[in-house]
Amino acid sequence: MSDTHAESVAFVRETALPPTAPPMAASGPVLWARTNLFATWPNAILSIAAAYVIYLILAATLPWMLNGVWTADSLRGCREVLDGTSGACFSVLTERWNQLLFGFNYPSELYWRPTLAFVLLFVAAAPVLFFDLPRKLLIFTGLYPFLAYWLIWGGTIFIPLVALIGVIVGYAVYDRLVKRNFALGFFSGIAAAAVVWWIGGALIEQFAFGAPMMEEIASRNLGGFMLNMMLGVTCVSLSLPIGVALALGRQSSLPVVKMICVVFIEFIRGVPLITLLFVANVMLAYFFPPGSGVDLFLRVVIMITMFSAAYIAEVIRGGLAALPKGQYEAADSLGLDYAQSMRLIILPQALKISIPGIVNIAVGLFKDTTLVSVISLFDIVGMIRGPILASTDWAGVYWELFMFAGGMFFIVCYGISQYSQWLERRLATDHR
Amino acid sequence: MAEAKQMQVSDEVAISIQKMNKWYGTFHVLRDIDLTVHRGERIVICGPSGSGKSTLIRCINALEEHQKGRIEVDGTVLSSDLKNIDKIRSEVGMCFQHFNLFPHLTILENCTLAPIWVRKTPKKEAEEIAMHFLEKVKIPDQALKYPGQLSGGQQQRVAIARSLCMRPRIMLFDEPTSALDPEMIKEVLDTMIELAEEGMTMICVTHEMGFARQVANRVIFMDEGQIVEQNEPEAFFNHPQSPRTQLFLSQILGH
Ligand SMILES: Nc1ncnc2c1ncn2[C@@H]1O[C@H](COP(=O)(O)OP(=O)(O)O)[C@@H](O)[C@H]1O
Ligand SMILES: [Mg+2]
Repeated sequence: MSDTHAESVAFVRETALPPTAPPMAASGPVLWARTNLFATWPNAILSIAAAYVIYLILAATLPWMLNGVWTADSLRGCREVLDGTSGACFSVLTERWNQLLFGFNYPSELYWRPTLAFVLLFVAAAPVLFFDLPRKLLIFTGLYPFLAYWLIWGGTIFIPLVALIGVIVGYAVYDRLVKRNFALGFFSGIAAAAVVWWIGGALIEQFAFGAPMMEEIASRNLGGFMLNMMLGVTCVSLSLPIGVALALGRQSSLPVVKMICVVFIEFIRGVPLITLLFVANVMLAYFFPPGSGVDLFLRVVIMITMFSAAYIAEVIRGGLAALPKGQYEAADSLGLDYAQSMRLIILPQALKISIPGIVNIAVGLFKDTTLVSVISLFDIVGMIRGPILASTDWAGVYWELFMFAGGMFFIVCYGISQYSQWLERRLATDHR
Repeated sequence: MAEAKQMQVSDEVAISIQKMNKWYGTFHVLRDIDLTVHRGERIVICGPSGSGKSTLIRCINALEEHQKGRIEVDGTVLSSDLKNIDKIRSEVGMCFQHFNLFPHLTILENCTLAPIWVRKTPKKEAEEIAMHFLEKVKIPDQALKYPGQLSGGQQQRVAIARSLCMRPRIMLFDEPTSALDPEMIKEVLDTMIELAEEGMTMICVTHEMGFARQVANRVIFMDEGQIVEQNEPEAFFNHPQSPRTQLFLSQILGH
């Protein structure tokens, strides 16, 4: 290479070195095990101890699971099949499958309705969760709540239809007036929607449009995991915007708005959810006149939504506080008004910071929907503790049932967690 | 040189500040500020840290509220009326010490956001305007990157382009180069000099005395919330009148 110049010049490279491939990545299972599990003596001892613990757990549970009985018709039947050996009695899951999913009062010939609503939920949620999808799909998302209501509760289509028209009219009025004044637009919008609902309600009663077009199901008859899903989806999607509004309200320069938000948040956060649920069960019935249609489901939704909105508001407040003051000033100095700077500059950044906290609350909320079993709603836990374990056939099948319920919740919560991690990666623009 | 500078200044008043006072709580930050800026004039404000320079220029676009006196920008009197404030802000561009770009938006989106939402410019047209100004600050090839991927000097030039996209008639700069590494200061100053040569009305808080000599019509020295001395750059630097100005200049030019 440099033998000619070696004597005269200390070192001068005359040609660029050819590029070389990066060193071979360490691969192969043996090599992996050696570097990760048995690198040092303490490391090796820990690995062996861990393997032993895993073995103990599997040795205790695997035979029990694999030996499980799926086809007996009662616990006694299971015992006969097992004949003294150890084994799970999974028959309860197959036998009471529909009850676990839909509760025990939903007419079995109508199971297709909530199932269809469940499938459509994914279509409706997709454009919200994955914002690269065409924005036109959001139209279906907007219609979905009304459609799902009709599918699950049945009855006349005119009720969700009037509700939808009310929302549209309210939004149109809001859109018209908001340019002049936010408060004017907001309250006029609500008033317009209320007028439409009131007129619509009167018309339905007057002309007996109320005749059911699909068999009507009372809220009392909803149950099983379906009830948990309904509460979870409704409350999460309602509490997010309310939480944002509360967080912004808490920062407001208007003392009245600020005080209302602070008092609301501090009060709700200071009270256990279960007390709120008891209040929903007993007290709210006094506020709303009987037969006014404010049924238990709605009351529970209101309570859980208020509860999680207060928590979400605090998480978002943290995100807002983490933004440098310069972001507000830059937005102001460009002439953006309050709504624009919040929507385009502040909230996108604050919400991104708050994603882990919001997901934490959403997951917690979803699991907390099982608390409704204490006010005698038959969600999946209510079904297990009530009708199933109380039946003579299945009294005592605890493990299998609660494993199943846990598994159902795990699937949903794990999905939420995975989605949020994808979202965080997708939104990472700061330092790429 | 000085004559060439005078040429572009018109008689029209762009900013007029009369007997303006501001307090932070009980702390009297700005005292009886009187300042008239003509269209096309370039003003450099200097003074020790904490003397109220930032506060003064932030009062001009109402990022800070003044409590006494009168500020008129482009014929609009600043009052607490939100309509007036928005109008003034959309005609006065501002560049900050720490750039304050929006990190969640691309460079192009940073530049088109305000024209689209405030001026209601169609998206396509806004993008053309943005590319025009990004070319002017010499970074059109970074348009699709995010602010976090750019150097400090590039970010500050984007910030200037972002303000220019609103077609402001007045530009305010608050120490635009003091957060930058030395080798990046020049690229930002060059951009500002170019802007000055086009006749933009500018108020710059800066300690870049070379810049002041080259482009300013007037240099203002502030201390303890007051305008202590103002003069043309040559006279200001060569024959400072007040002892406080002399002390400040000896400190800043000393090293
Ligand atoms: N938001 C504020 N609240 C209270 N005091 C402030 C605030 N902002 C600035 N000050 C004070 O006002 C004075 C002037 O500040 P500033 O205008 O930033 O000075 P300069 O830009 O000349 O360094 C300083 O003493 C500073 O501490
Ligand atoms: Mg300053």
